Amino acid sequence: MELLVFVLAAAMVLGGALGVVTRNNPVHAALSLVLTLFGIAVMFISHDAHFLAAVQVIVYAGAIVVLFLFVIMLLGVDKSEDMSIEPLTAQRPLAVIVGLGVSGVVIAAIVSSKDSFVKRGSGIDIAKLESPDANVKQLARSIFSDYVFAFELTSVLLLVAVIGTVLLARRQRSSEVAK
Amino acid sequence: MISIVEPTETWYLVLAAVLFGIGVVGVMVRRNPLIMFMSIELMLNAVNLSFVALATSLADINGQTAVFFVLVVAAAEVVVGLGIIVSIMRRRSDANADDMSGLKG
Amino acid sequence: MVNLVWLIPAFPLFGFLTIFLFGRIMGEPKAGIFATLMTASSFVVGIGVFFDLLSRTAEERHHVVTLFSWLPVGGFNIDMALLADPLSITMVLFITGIGALIHLYAVGYMHGDPKFSKFFMYLNLFIFSMLMMVLGENLLVTFLGWEGVGVCSYFLISFWHTRDSAAVAGKKAFVTNRVGDWGMMVAMFLTFSAVGTLSYSGINSAAASGKIAAVTATGIALMLFIGACGKSAQLPLYLWLPDAMEGPTPVSALIHAATMVTSGVFLLTRMSPVLHASYPWAGDVIATVGALTALFAATVAVAQTDIKKVLAYSTVSQLGFMFLAIGSGAYAAAIFHMITHAFFKALLFLGAGSVIHGMHHEQDMRKMGALRKVMPITGMTFIIGWLAIAGVPPFAGFWSKDEILLYAYANNRLLYVIGVAAALLTAYYMTRQVIMVFFGNARWEDHAEENGARGDHTPHESSWMMVAPLVVLAGLAMVGGVLQLPFSSKTHFLGNWLEPVIHTAEAKIYGTWASDNKWLLLAVAVIVAGAGIAASVAVYAKGKFKPVEPNILADAWRYDAAVAGLIGGPGRALFQSIAVFDAVVVDGAVNGVGKEVVVVSGLLRKLQNGFMRSYALIIGLGAVAMLVWFFLRGVLS
Repeated sequence: MELLVFVLAAAMVLGGALGVVTRNNPVHAALSLVLTLFGIAVMFISHDAHFLAAVQVIVYAGAIVVLFLFVIMLLGVDKSEDMSIEPLTAQRPLAVIVGLGVSGVVIAAIVSSKDSFVKRGSGIDIAKLESPDANVKQLARSIFSDYVFAFELTSVLLLVAVIGTVLLARRQRSSEVAK
Repeated sequence: MISIVEPTETWYLVLAAVLFGIGVVGVMVRRNPLIMFMSIELMLNAVNLSFVALATSLADINGQTAVFFVLVVAAAEVVVGLGIIVSIMRRRSDANADDMSGLKG
Repeated sequence: MVNLVWLIPAFPLFGFLTIFLFGRIMGEPKAGIFATLMTASSFVVGIGVFFDLLSRTAEERHHVVTLFSWLPVGGFNIDMALLADPLSITMVLFITGIGALIHLYAVGYMHGDPKFSKFFMYLNLFIFSMLMMVLGENLLVTFLGWEGVGVCSYFLISFWHTRDSAAVAGKKAFVTNRVGDWGMMVAMFLTFSAVGTLSYSGINSAAASGKIAAVTATGIALMLFIGACGKSAQLPLYLWLPDAMEGPTPVSALIHAATMVTSGVFLLTRMSPVLHASYPWAGDVIATVGALTALFAATVAVAQTDIKKVLAYSTVSQLGFMFLAIGSGAYAAAIFHMITHAFFKALLFLGAGSVIHGMHHEQDMRKMGALRKVMPITGMTFIIGWLAIAGVPPFAGFWSKDEILLYAYANNRLLYVIGVAAALLTAYYMTRQVIMVFFGNARWEDHAEENGARGDHTPHESSWMMVAPLVVLAGLAMVGGVLQLPFSSKTHFLGNWLEPVIHTAEAKIYGTWASDNKWLLLAVAVIVAGAGIAASVAVYAKGKFKPVEPNILADAWRYDAAVAGLIGGPGRALFQSIAVFDAVVVDGAVNGVGKEVVVVSGLLRKLQNGFMRSYALIIGLGAVAMLVWFFLRGVLS
């Protein structure tokens, strides 16, 4: 059962990723990104990270991708990009080499160390053992006790990001407005 | 039910690595700034997946906490990045990354 | 008393500094008298030290006074130290003695010269340098004095520097000396690398005990000989000495007759154990060069017409005799001849100066004659000097020259023959000079009309300040032979006195044919002297034969022209090629490095193409490289 879930989810993830990278039309690419994010959310659930799966769907797929689509529509950047020409010499082959290199090395590292995972934590509460919201509880306990300072900082970060973006994206008015 | 072989954590990590590699290629090959940004999101998602997989295999909740924070920061980053793109692209709508070559030496 | 040996160079140094600061105020003649007094004081201290050494036994006659530590650099420790031993005190005595006499003479000779005080400043500086050279305890202090005398020689030769020929002569002397100095410096380097010290006691004890390899010792000896050739005007490098006659006559007397030109002889005697430790052919080389120089210069002197040039070539010739002695192992004889030569050559030069002064600065001998009637004392003393140099017994020159010829015969018969030929010519040309200047017709009367417009030109005797030193030197030339009489080993005063210094290297000729038949060789020497005088009298006084004075001899066998051609032609080509090498290869290499940097940076610039994606690509490549490295490190460890 888990294998089937894994295969389907993996197909969604990789298919979406390839779509993002290869589709000419930016709107198609955004929709492929949504597919990838859903695949990731499914995998989160299969790891019993229910809260994160929900947040993934709501925040990532629901807010961020929508934001992307807003900008695409706003600026009219929806014209297709011509992928047949590449102005920089040797960019594509070298890019493929780099991609293969990075993923290859990481895979090699993973495979060579797959037997050295040592359980070190206090375990992850699994829903079926205690209660349906065990994962949320454990996650909340971790955030609000060990990482409460980071949590407060991220709220400040969000505030700063919003204010900064508003300032950045403003149209520059001429000085007559000041009168 | 097909359960010939169980997917171990290693499989998830490998998948994350492949996803990361695709994201890297996307950043280097695409010229449209929005699609480059989306490739960066792919890379972030690959990292999130590997965090969660490792949280399960190491039985440590801190992995999922990290994902939580990555999500928040990714949201903030997208907001700011799109703001920058909007302010740059406002002039010409078909501008792409190759036009920003003012650092040419 | 011997601890006061540092006073000996201190007096002339004090004189130099005083005249340097106050010379213009002191003026004439106070500056000259003061300089003379300084030199005379050194002489008095020298006498005191001499008697102190005399009162000690032979082994103890070696006293070192260290003034201060001069160069303490790691393993290289050089002190400013003075050595009082028989050789150095002998040199001090005749340097300061004759020096004081010449200072007195110069007060009269330089009367009326606008740069009077400067002259005595340079003279005192010269005496100081010379004393540092002979009193030095190690090669470096000697070298200090060596260079000092070279510099003073330059100053004094070109003293009347407004005259082109004088300035050129000064430069020529200095440059030629430098070539010799190169030899001395190489010798010092070799010595230090072989022995590890530059102190004479260290070097000589190492050489005497056989610690210096024959090859090294030969190298050192020959390099020192090159230095000596420069300073003492031997054959390859003699050409500065005749031109140095441009300087005032007291300079010629002091520097180019009595003191500076004997530096080479002194140095080789000081380092005689090293010379003894080298291959036998090294000594033969020195002796051969000396003998050939003696003959060469004697032939040239026969045809000279300037009164000082004859004496200059005569000096070169007599120095050749001294080197013949050194090469044959006769160090005592070389020093003996050096002392007697100082007496009679200084006498001859001062006498020539008196003649020039009396003839109102006329130097051409063809315009002189019958001067002994007008300048009796000058004439008498000059004749005594002539008899001494010609080798007529019992005057001083006879004894010293005979001793050299004795050792030369014992060493190498061919060199003996060359030496005898040179002695014959010496007698010949000196007699010629005396006849032309003091006897015969008064040819200056014939030229009186052309000089008449310039006032009265009747030659006159010089003042007492110039004549008194002549008399003293004449006395010394008469009795100087007493220093080393060949009658028995007890009368070998000088040889016995110098024995602690030269015993390692002195040739032992007792028992050879030469030694057994020394009376025969003595007689041969007397006959040779007489024959030379008789021949010259026959040609110049009696007019029986025509004088033989070919032009090639007057031009010194065209040696000067040959040297000028060599340096101007192939020499200049060599210098040009070295300059080109420097500009092209050395500068080219340095500039080339700069250009390469520019080229490489131009290539690297192409990486900065302004495209974000290519920057991202390069970051990616770097990241892959780092990941691979960390992975391999983790896997392989």
